[in-house]
Amino acid sequence: MKNNSRRGFMGKAFGAVGAVGAVASLYAMKKSWDPLPSVKAAGFTTLDMSNYNENEVITEKWRGKPIFVLKYTSEMAASLDEKQKERTIVINGSHYMVNLGLCTHLGCIPSYDKNDKSFLCACHGGMYDFTGAVTKAPPPRGLDIPPFKIQGNTLVLGEEGPEYKSMKENGITL
Amino acid sequence: MAHFTKATSIKDWLNQRLAIDKVEKVMASEYWIPKNINFLWAMGMVLVITFALLLVSGIFLLMYYQPNVDTAFDSVNYTIMREVDFGWLWRHVHGVAASVVFLIIYIHMFTAIYYGSYKKGREMIWISGMLLFIAFSAEAFSGYMLPWGQMSYWAGMVITNLFSGGSLHADGLVEWIRGDYVPAQAFLNRFFMLHVLLVPLAIIGLIGLHFGALRIPHVNNQDGEEIDFEAESKKYLAGDKTGSKVIRFANDFMSKDMMVVGFYLIFFFYLVFYHYGFAMDPVNFDPADGLKTPEHIYPEWYFLWSYEILRPFSTDIGLMAFAFAQVIFLALPFLDRSDNAIPASRRGLFKFWFWAMLIDMITLTAMGKVPPIEPFGTIGLIAALTFIGLWIALPIITYYEKKA
Repeated sequence: MKNNSRRGFMGKAFGAVGAVGAVASLYAMKKSWDPLPSVKAAGFTTLDMSNYNENEVITEKWRGKPIFVLKYTSEMAASLDEKQKERTIVINGSHYMVNLGLCTHLGCIPSYDKNDKSFLCACHGGMYDFTGAVTKAPPPRGLDIPPFKIQGNTLVLGEEGPEYKSMKENGITL
Repeated sequence: MAHFTKATSIKDWLNQRLAIDKVEKVMASEYWIPKNINFLWAMGMVLVITFALLLVSGIFLLMYYQPNVDTAFDSVNYTIMREVDFGWLWRHVHGVAASVVFLIIYIHMFTAIYYGSYKKGREMIWISGMLLFIAFSAEAFSGYMLPWGQMSYWAGMVITNLFSGGSLHADGLVEWIRGDYVPAQAFLNRFFMLHVLLVPLAIIGLIGLHFGALRIPHVNNQDGEEIDFEAESKKYLAGDKTGSKVIRFANDFMSKDMMVVGFYLIFFFYLVFYHYGFAMDPVNFDPADGLKTPEHIYPEWYFLWSYEILRPFSTDIGLMAFAFAQVIFLALPFLDRSDNAIPASRRGLFKFWFWAMLIDMITLTAMGKVPPIEPFGTIGLIAALTFIGLWIALPIITYYEKKA
């Protein structure tokens, strides 16, 4: 009886030590899989917005992801409705679409049709208009807008400026 | 300490220390297999052989493969394919076996479904088998990343994005799995680890469990007959080999098994030498490029059916349907409410359920391969709904099934 209670205590003591160790090692394992600081630090891209041609999608790179930059023609800018305007970035009087070039469905890269002025994702058939708003399912929402800050004629990706914050508050992007 | 005597032979020496005679009996010569089975019962051995082929070819690939985003593509497509003597052989064996193993797994699965080999004490065989299917899927996916071609990269992107859970937007989880915002060095390295160590360890453990689960209920037979293995084996050992319903696993049953394996290997090496292209997607011969999606992304043929269940719906419903498809087969022994462990052909409505499920999965596979245009989109949607409907119908039709 005495022996049994002693063994029982030893078992419980080991269980407690083991449980603490297991939780601690799970935490260490979780943290070891996190993105490295060097990966997180390389997170800013500066774009000179005067370099873009109208109605031509240029793919820039930010955090390893493609960023679509599209300068609107004057007809495109004139045709914008309220919703489309909210998605548009205006710099020095020119209108731009600056979106993450990854389909919000499962992350394929949509392609731009110059004549139709729309994006088509070949993976699952999703479509977006030239402002990145979704026009055909399965994508659940328009193309995401990366955090940006307008500095004169340049755009810094990865920093949150007032225009980006208001877009986020209005639910235009995630 | 046990009493040891001077050994009379090497065998006796080993017997005193390892009881090899007894082990041989338990594992082979007195492990009893029913006589009333057909070639479909050889698929287990075919899978063992295929796994061995994957392991051996994998070991040789591992000696030259480099898990680095800058060198991975060339280490496969230049070093292994052009420089290493017979490197092409290991790669083609590995690629073809990775594809064919799923064909055999599906045959093995549908054999079990047809003959009711997942019930009356055989539930753990089925469950461990489905866990093996999941482990093999993880192994196939992680291996698909390694050549770091366009399909590797974009399959990695799309599949890891599934973990964002649609509207849940668990982007943090996705970045945690990748170790980066996009698939990059950390991603390639950890999937390399999963492919060559962690998942194979899990597979080997599960194979042990799968075999262990067979010991008590024994192998099923063509009529689902409940055999008294004790009595039948006694009959066999007493000399009545004709009257007994069972035979020894080795060498008797094994000789049949290996005959099927022989035919299989001829087919397998025909594919390896003359028809390996089906396992080597041409798009994956372009190096990974994070800024260019291939025109049409599709998984390997063995994932097409579940991919097609994802595709016709909006993101959230699609993900739920996909998750349903991934786990529902595990529940088969419990969703089948009938006690009849007999071939589907003698089971009333279940007969139609079986063939409808098989045809539906083949349809889903075909629709998953073609681009998402009409009429394929509609056919895919109907097939996906049929899949879900069949699983909802299963408990109902089997509940009302007549006792055989």
